[in-house]
Amino acid sequence: MREIIINELTQASHDLARGFAHYLPRLIVMLIIAFVGWVIAYLLKVLVRSILRLTKFSKLSENSGATQLLKQAALPSSTELLSRFVFWVAWVGFILMGVSVLGIVGLQEYTSRFFLFLPRMFVSLVILFFGLLAASFFSRAVLLAAVNANLRSSRLLSISIRVIISIFALSMVFEVLGVAEQTMLIAFAIAFGAVMLGLAIAFGIGGKDLAREFLERRLVTGKREEKEDELSPL
Amino acid sequence: MAEETLLTDDFLRQLINVGEVDIVVGLPTHNNAKTIDPVIRAIQAGILKCFPRERVVIINADGGSQDGTPERVTGASIDDVWNVSKVYALRTLHSISTRYARTPEPGTALRTILAAADLLRAKACVLVSPDSTTIEPDWLQRLARPVYNDNFDMVSPSYHRQTSEGVLMRNLLYPMTRAIYGHRIREPYASEFAVSGRLATDFLAKETWNEDWGRVGAEICLTITAITGNYRTSQCFLGAKTHPDRSGSDLVATIRRTVGALFASLDSNFPLWSTITDSQPVPTLGTQSEVTLEPVRVNRKRLREMFATGVAELEPIFRSILSESTLSELKRIAGLDVSDFNYPADVWAKTVFEFAASYHKSVISRDHIVQALVPLYRGRALTFLLENREGSEEDVDRSVESLCGEFERLKPYLLEVWADRK
Repeated sequence: MREIIINELTQASHDLARGFAHYLPRLIVMLIIAFVGWVIAYLLKVLVRSILRLTKFSKLSENSGATQLLKQAALPSSTELLSRFVFWVAWVGFILMGVSVLGIVGLQEYTSRFFLFLPRMFVSLVILFFGLLAASFFSRAVLLAAVNANLRSSRLLSISIRVIISIFALSMVFEVLGVAEQTMLIAFAIAFGAVMLGLAIAFGIGGKDLAREFLERRLVTGKREEKEDELSPL
Repeated sequence: MAEETLLTDDFLRQLINVGEVDIVVGLPTHNNAKTIDPVIRAIQAGILKCFPRERVVIINADGGSQDGTPERVTGASIDDVWNVSKVYALRTLHSISTRYARTPEPGTALRTILAAADLLRAKACVLVSPDSTTIEPDWLQRLARPVYNDNFDMVSPSYHRQTSEGVLMRNLLYPMTRAIYGHRIREPYASEFAVSGRLATDFLAKETWNEDWGRVGAEICLTITAITGNYRTSQCFLGAKTHPDRSGSDLVATIRRTVGALFASLDSNFPLWSTITDSQPVPTLGTQSEVTLEPVRVNRKRLREMFATGVAELEPIFRSILSESTLSELKRIAGLDVSDFNYPADVWAKTVFEFAASYHKSVISRDHIVQALVPLYRGRALTFLLENREGSEEDVDRSVESLCGEFERLKPYLLEVWADRK
């Protein structure tokens, strides 16, 4: 009995030592890949940061309104955030490559999924950025046009445009990421429809007098608006 | 050559039929049938009276009129003018017309007329506004003579105006052009002016036509080209200037093609204007005569409201354009009643300079920067009206002179914000 136990223990320790000897080189390879990956990811981070600074990306980000959003969320600047994102994506990619060297069954599938997910993630980030940029640009254009035309509630109009475009961009992002596609599509349709209906009712009720005046001016001849002369700029 | 693609075959054929000329009179039009007849008659009378021996052609560049304006120009008979003036031209007076586009584009109209003048080797090219209801035959002589006889390259006009007329010109375009480029040209964006064939040819070859602002604000670019190119410039007094249509609906477009073009010109001309420290008078030809103008009513309360609303609603945009001190000053002014309202000259000059620097740095879309200036201009216009409510023409001139002084005094501030603004 005692001999059997000793034999089993010896066998187990031999197996463990063999297994360890089998995995040790792979583990070292994984650590080397992770280390080299860290160096490459760090260099990539520095490179991306320099490129973004050279191309004045922060100005573009400020124009899109992304900088304000990040400030409100107490996050670093968009340039820093994007360069850190590149660092982590690159390093995690190298770590997963290293893990795949270990030959652990099941992990390889997750690794390949991660790499397949990267392009979609990149596309969704691009859509989000340009969506925010478009939302900011068009909301500002509407605000300026409304103020210069002396329209009331110009800021409300501007915010509405920003919200609609942002919701549209977000729904596209979720669709690209494949996250709750149906839910997002339905939510977007409901939100968009609600906003449009709300605006239609608001304009209908709020603008009925304006519409009547406009139609009277256009259609009823002889009734001319008494208007004081405007300034002549030139 | 750009002109080859700009001028249509039919127009070129008409120009070839005309042959070389001494003077081109350009008429850019778009639906001006209501006002064009007296303008044509004044031009014809001016030609008969002042240039009976010269070869003159009237060129109409039309932007898609639907009311028969080009037909009125080409069909205007000189017989009536002959009968009245009893003076006969020794040359055939040609009137030709071309449609350069289906929609009006002032820059393209000017370019078409200058290209025609260049092809016809004209010594002088005079531009006349089709809605100048106060035009007189003498205007042609006053504009063309210095170029044709005295070798000036550009003659810009000077007018008698109501206080409510030319407000942007007197509160921004003139003071800023004067402070920046050092020439006291009172109408840097003129609807009537004359240029030499040399300046026209050189201006046509400029790169500015490739830029949006160059095409949109071609008139002010021409003035800036004349100043920066050291061409001989002068100005002449024409008389009263009134606009038949005082609609304020085009204010944004007007500011875009004038202020936008002026701001844009600062980028390429920085080495030149940054070294200019004062301004020089421009020779003014002709005598100023007294003109009586009908007073115009302006809704001051509405102007104040539009200014105050603009300051409140556009505050997030102003934060990217203006300094903290200027913005807080604007907020203070926005709280004033009409009776106490005052947008001081120094604050206005600083505002304009900060806008110019922000435009240079493109802190937001350049077009948005120019549009954001509109409500602030209304505030300054109100102050200008209030200051000169009871004033004579001389008082208004003194007020404009004082504003120009502020712009010149604060030019170092422009250089500072130009360099510093991030």
